[in-house]
Amino acid sequence: MAALELVGVTVARGRRTVVTGVTAVVAAGSITALVGPNGAGKSTLLGAVAGVLPCRGTIAMGGEPLRPHEVAYMPQSMAVRASLTVLEIVLLGRIERLGWRVATEDLSRAGDALRALGLDELAHSRVDALSGGQQQLALLAQRLVRRPRLLLLDEPTSALDLARQLQVLDRLADYARDSGAVVVVALHDLSLAARYAATLLLMKDGTLVASGSAGAVLTPAAIRRAYGVEVEVLKTSLGHPAIAPLRACPGAGG
Amino acid sequence: MTTAASGLAALHGSYRRDERRRAATLAAAVLLLAGICLLDLATGPSALSLADAVRALAAGPSGSDRMAATILWQIRLPATVMAVLVGASLGIAGLQMQTILDNPLASPFTLGFSAAAGFGAALVIMFGAALPVAGWLLAPASAFVMTLLACGLIYVVARLRGTGPEILVLGGIAVLFLFQALQLLLQYMASPEVLQQIVFWLFGSLLKASWTSIGVLAAIMTVVLPILARDVWRLTALRLGEAHARSLGIAVTGLRRRTLICVALLTAGAVAFVGTIGFVGLAAPHVARALVGEDQRVLMPLAGLVGAVVLVGASVLAKAVSPGAVVPVGIVTAIIGVPMLFALVLRRGSGAA
Repeated sequence: MAALELVGVTVARGRRTVVTGVTAVVAAGSITALVGPNGAGKSTLLGAVAGVLPCRGTIAMGGEPLRPHEVAYMPQSMAVRASLTVLEIVLLGRIERLGWRVATEDLSRAGDALRALGLDELAHSRVDALSGGQQQLALLAQRLVRRPRLLLLDEPTSALDLARQLQVLDRLADYARDSGAVVVVALHDLSLAARYAATLLLMKDGTLVASGSAGAVLTPAAIRRAYGVEVEVLKTSLGHPAIAPLRACPGAGG
Repeated sequence: MTTAASGLAALHGSYRRDERRRAATLAAAVLLLAGICLLDLATGPSALSLADAVRALAAGPSGSDRMAATILWQIRLPATVMAVLVGASLGIAGLQMQTILDNPLASPFTLGFSAAAGFGAALVIMFGAALPVAGWLLAPASAFVMTLLACGLIYVVARLRGTGPEILVLGGIAVLFLFQALQLLLQYMASPEVLQQIVFWLFGSLLKASWTSIGVLAAIMTVVLPILARDVWRLTALRLGEAHARSLGIAVTGLRRRTLICVALLTAGAVAFVGTIGFVGLAAPHVARALVGEDQRVLMPLAGLVGAVVLVGASVLAKAVSPGAVVPVGIVTAIIGVPMLFALVLRRGSGAA
């Protein structure tokens, strides 16, 4: 199980440097949550690691640069207007293998991914007729069917109800554990991040300001500095931190 | 996990059934095209019955009935075959233009290709008499070159500013206005006789078909279609949007450029020999999509078949409307295309598609 190693990753968009010198080792086998306020550079960092945005610095896994087919990346959700079926969308996850005839193995893998996310009933529904949350699940299934060593997801739960959020994060945790992959998920919900992620990476203004377990990263002081809000950090019966917002701090940088 | 196994078996079954249904749709389209082609061969100013036409077809170009053989093999068959090739080219070119521009209103002519072809033809109709090249070849060749020039201009814009749909459409609109203005300038300067020739060329008409032009268009298709066929899955994935396609490891910029050139070649080949035939390239992809969905393995051939059916059908209709003087088929396609598209939009609106 090789870890993801980032050394001095710097990303510019146009003339503006959006991510500056991020250095981190991200462990395999469990979920890593990428958190931070809007504009902190979470999406840009994920795009750069995925190879979609050009960047400086080195990105490697087990000392070797990543090959494109080993990475699956899901950008922030956008409505899909194609009238492809859910099954066709998931099959496209195996695009490198698809020929004029779709192999039985490809269909089986797609079927497994659909089942894992509770989409079997919708396999033949056209995706442009589905809700935003269902589209998001279909696109997530497409990424899982690629069986990547590195899975990068940008707010995969933003359009989902609470039950689906937990279902998706449970499946991602299963996938990380069973396949030994590195799974990095950008999340806005800090309590959800604390519940599911073994490691949190906290970003602000394009730099990595803290990393470690939820208990170590999500302190009232750190959250105040990063988000400019006052919170209380409670403890759930499962032993995870839960973030209860109190008020915005006037004058604090948000 | 028997439920998982049976669920998976059901999924395999339903997917294979769906594949068979789509294959059957393709086969039905081929049969329909064959039937409508026969009908086209049997209609025309000279009274040749369906039985006569079939007999002449079976007897070959040097059949014993010289008159029937000449009518069928030198006049009617070239027009029918050309209608099939042009319809298929425009259907496929329209589909891929809609795919790379991510716009359901795109057609082969969206980026100014037809204006460029028209300018090319007008240019040699006015000034070409001095050139030492056979006249029948000159207008198509010039139209072809100008279409590729228009594509080249857009390509340069894409090279400088990226291949996003907005950039391509903006570049295409600029090209459209440029060539339209140039063409109008020529028409303004032309003498009445030359003007009439130019206008006649601009009407899409299958009467310009010959075995040579069929050979050229068939050669273009032989080169272009395998390139598009290699990209079927990538083009299907592009419909998810640029960001999702990119994240699947697809080099979207290269795919768009390559496909743009293929579309330009197909359109240039079609327009150069028969003039501007509207609506086939816009409507055929929509009809095909409504029938089989977006899997390009089936959608691309079906868009071509539907394009061919529409154009041959329009040719039959054109001959039926005015048996003596054949109405240019480009006018007919535009007129029958409108209700067809309306029907499609209404069907979609009611949620049936």
